[in-house]
Amino acid sequence: MYPKDLRYSKEHEWAKVEGRRVRVGITPFAADRLSDVVYVELPKSGADVTFMQPFGVVESVKAVSDLYSPVSGKVVEVNEALHDRPESINTDPYGAWMIVVEPRDLGELKQLMDADAYMALIGEQRS
Amino acid sequence: MTDPALRRTPLYPAHVAAGARMVPFSGWDMPVQYTGIIEEHRAVRTRAGLFDVSHMGEFDIAGPGALPLIQGLVTNDLARIALNQAMYTPMCTPGGGIIDDLLVYRLGDDHVMLVVNAANTAADLAWIRDHASGNVRVADRSDEIALLALQGPRAQEILQRLTPAALGHIRYYWFQDEVPIAGRRALVSRTGYTGEDGFELYVDARDAVHLWDAILETGRRDGALPAGLGARDTLRLEAGLLLHGNDMDTTTTPLEVGLGWTVKLAKGEFVGAPVLRRQKSEGVTRRLVAFTLQDRAIARHGHPIREDGAPIGRVTSGSYGPTVENSIGLGFVPLEYAELGRRLEVEIRGRGVPAVVTKLPFYTRPAAGGA
Repeated sequence: MYPKDLRYSKEHEWAKVEGRRVRVGITPFAADRLSDVVYVELPKSGADVTFMQPFGVVESVKAVSDLYSPVSGKVVEVNEALHDRPESINTDPYGAWMIVVEPRDLGELKQLMDADAYMALIGEQRS
Repeated sequence: MTDPALRRTPLYPAHVAAGARMVPFSGWDMPVQYTGIIEEHRAVRTRAGLFDVSHMGEFDIAGPGALPLIQGLVTNDLARIALNQAMYTPMCTPGGGIIDDLLVYRLGDDHVMLVVNAANTAADLAWIRDHASGNVRVADRSDEIALLALQGPRAQEILQRLTPAALGHIRYYWFQDEVPIAGRRALVSRTGYTGEDGFELYVDARDAVHLWDAILETGRRDGALPAGLGARDTLRLEAGLLLHGNDMDTTTTPLEVGLGWTVKLAKGEFVGAPVLRRQKSEGVTRRLVAFTLQDRAIARHGHPIREDGAPIGRVTSGSYGPTVENSIGLGFVPLEYAELGRRLEVEIRGRGVPAVVTKLPFYTRPAAGGA
């Protein structure tokens, strides 16, 4: 459920290092909490994002939530397919990535959690 | 995370056992969803869904003064309903503001049941008792009665397997009391809040779990699902049904929210009548309108409605409509902006999202008798 090779934020984003880039999405826990995602608002390619600052919005039937960037840098890819199929965030939260960032400082990822620490966090939030 | 101040319906253990997500609603710990709002919404539109709406309040009003008391408090005309018939009506302040919207069930010549919104139960009861004289008994039966709503095109077929009574004889907005269902008894009315055919079952609170389980068990083969308040909200919005506290309250009149059809000014005096009579002759200055957004962002309660960037009103309800597959909503605008087809915008996170004033309801169920 929570792959060892990803880093996780306390706001429930996952970050996957792919060479010099970082792919970003939200965790199964966040997708399940939101349930029924019907809309996403994402930045344009080329936009700047900042560590743990909002970069977009995801709306479910019941609620709206900010998306937080797990790393600072420039957005180099945006998953435009999510605009037509926002529900894929629920069905496949790792496949339904949101942005790819070219980071200014990969060291920021050290401040995020590994899978074990993240599972401990959501264990607390579940109870 | 359970809040001890929240009240629980008799079906609380069934919800927890079914894995429902519980949320606070009007002081009650209620299921917002079981499997998912959209899945439950679609089950109700295409098959059936079972809702626990036991948080609603029920008042039993009896005695020679019962009908005159209620006739003097509500805007609709009680004389129009026969024994075993129900009626939807607002109840207003002297200023014409809507205290609550409710159902009146005519149980006898001197006997009615009122069904009110959970959030307003205490205030409604106090208001009614304040106006009652000695020849009427007003009893709050909310704790003794549980309310189950089975809604959807398969509702009758499913419920019929549990009762010898001919449910087909209960017409829309009529009811039958003491109907035997799965070994228990219920008041069964052909009413609901989803835009689909269906029934509401008023049952002894002690029978609620038994009946809930019996209906879901026999309904499983038809694809019936338990459905939560999340789906109830998207279903009622598509069907153009208003929610008290969101779309109307004591600061809005029935004429402003499109409930003019429930205001019977010729029936005689009732609380709010003089103001409503004047408003009807002079015309309203604002209207609750329905709108469809031009993208999928969701308008939510309180978002500004604008024209050319200038604020003109506010959203009262908004959601994604799973059946109409659009972002839809309701909101107040000055009368001059209320005509169908009018182009407006809803401010969502600072952005003006184009919207079009749309006819209500957003969704109408297909005529019965089809294949």
